[in-house]
Amino acid sequence: MGLTTERIKELQEQCRRFRMDVLEVLHEKQTGHPGGSLSVCEILDVLYFTQMNVDPSNPQMEDRDRLVLCKGHAAPMLYRVLAEKGFFPVEEMHTLRDFETRLQGHPCVLETPGVDATTGPLGIGLSAALGMALGLRMSGSPARVYAVLGDGEIDEGTVWEASMSAAKFKADNLCAVLDWNRVQLDGTTADIMPTGDLEAKFASFGWNVLNCDGHNVKELYEAFEEAKKVKGKPTMILAHTIKGKGVSFMEGKNAWHGKPIDDESYAQAMKELGGEV
Amino acid sequence: MAKAIRDVYGEALVKYGKDDERVVVLDADVSSSTKSAVFGQACPDRFLNVGIAEANMTAMAAGLASVGKIPFVNTFAVFITSLGLTAARAFGSYSKLPIKMAGAYGGVSDSYDGPSHHALEDIAVMRTLPGFEVFVPCDAVQTDWLIKHAIDTPKPMYLRLSRGAFPDVYQEGTEFESGKGNIVREGTDVTIIACGLMVGNALEAARLLEKDGISARVVDMFCIKPIDKELIVRCAKETGAIVTAEEHNVIGGLGSAVCEVLCTEGAQVPVRMAGVYDTHTECGPYEKLQEKYGLDAAAIARKAAEAKEAKR
Repeated sequence: MGLTTERIKELQEQCRRFRMDVLEVLHEKQTGHPGGSLSVCEILDVLYFTQMNVDPSNPQMEDRDRLVLCKGHAAPMLYRVLAEKGFFPVEEMHTLRDFETRLQGHPCVLETPGVDATTGPLGIGLSAALGMALGLRMSGSPARVYAVLGDGEIDEGTVWEASMSAAKFKADNLCAVLDWNRVQLDGTTADIMPTGDLEAKFASFGWNVLNCDGHNVKELYEAFEEAKKVKGKPTMILAHTIKGKGVSFMEGKNAWHGKPIDDESYAQAMKELGGEV
Repeated sequence: MAKAIRDVYGEALVKYGKDDERVVVLDADVSSSTKSAVFGQACPDRFLNVGIAEANMTAMAAGLASVGKIPFVNTFAVFITSLGLTAARAFGSYSKLPIKMAGAYGGVSDSYDGPSHHALEDIAVMRTLPGFEVFVPCDAVQTDWLIKHAIDTPKPMYLRLSRGAFPDVYQEGTEFESGKGNIVREGTDVTIIACGLMVGNALEAARLLEKDGISARVVDMFCIKPIDKELIVRCAKETGAIVTAEEHNVIGGLGSAVCEVLCTEGAQVPVRMAGVYDTHTECGPYEKLQEKYGLDAAAIARKAAEAKEAKR
């Protein structure tokens, strides 16, 4: 059973609101990463609202599905999704990066309800997700583990170490998603470190590889459903995305990776997203 | 002849981990060296050989720990505390996940492989990570206890092991306590505070010193972190001079930890350090390296005599 047209519209509307809310907080705080938060929006939304078995009233539930936001700098969008899910009040978003906040600059498992892994240092998240998947399998748990990676992050050699290991250990309860927005901090991935043919690379490493439009909730949903059926190997979903998605002047621009949002840009962004300042 | 520390370790993993479903052992293609392979044979379903990928292995261990497993991460001390450090810091230290990092071949114990395979900075690195406990066992009985302790204690730990066989210091069945050093020989003129290999060497040094009329106390400080402040201060007050003895650079290791305590607890007494003086060593027989780089009983005894002299 797929998503109804109505459900698709709901999810799209949710993403539009999340983008506005995240930009509002990033503008207010004058710190944080807009580009990657906007590109990962639908990926996190579809996972938490159509796929993952989690319980906000019991964040440590043993057989819950886990998510490792390997690209930890997209924390603002993760927090916004977790808040909507009910792990903490949405208003708490306004404490992002504040002194003594539960919403640290990068996700911290000990601070924020709903966060399954501390991330920030790039390259080690996929390995941690693999460890979770293998541990859960050893315990006979039905839980699945999702790892959301950035495409700049895959410059790190450990991602490829983890990729070999996940195939060796046949981690079919592990599903990775690459937020493939083709832009990293210093420039495009083509300029900074060309990724080459990622479909062929992950396939040759022993993964089941799927492609989808990472801003199309229906395609994402179908990819996650497809991944669940695959046995004996992990799945990599190459989610084709746009850095800064939804705000024309941020789209595809590395300058907006982690730049504070000025008042004028903020007003323009909110207007484009259909909101008001 | 005492058993090599690595053999005791491998057997202890099986002894305490075989029937404990939480225990998972990882290795990076050196399991026949670290002896984690002994566990791998006994419990193949809970043994993960990840190939030569130490950073990946340590982060995988964190994932296992976060779903309730007790992972032992194995490779040479020099590699686990360098390549494994990012995950140790983010997941073990910052996230408080109980990963057990077992550094085989501590110090210069992998003597013939040379300085590329020696670990003389690992204690310094690991003791700066908040939340990590750091242990350097000195004999077979203590190593066996340490593995049981690691399984029973839900904290991240660095276990600095050895390729070498150390002389027996303790009776079978001796119980130890984290954060508590042990006086293994009484003395009144100077205290030698040692860990690992150097405990046996310090006991031999004390026998040499006795012939020269110097009464040396020997403390086994197997737990570098948390360190036994009370015992260090007591020894400073009772014997008036301290010598630290470690198979490690004198910068940042046991000697530094002891000096931090003495300076901040108002117990300043003459201190001398036996250890490697900020240099890489070379390959060769373990005993020859100990002799040349100031790690043998004679070197410790010289430092002890100096410390006692400085009391005047």
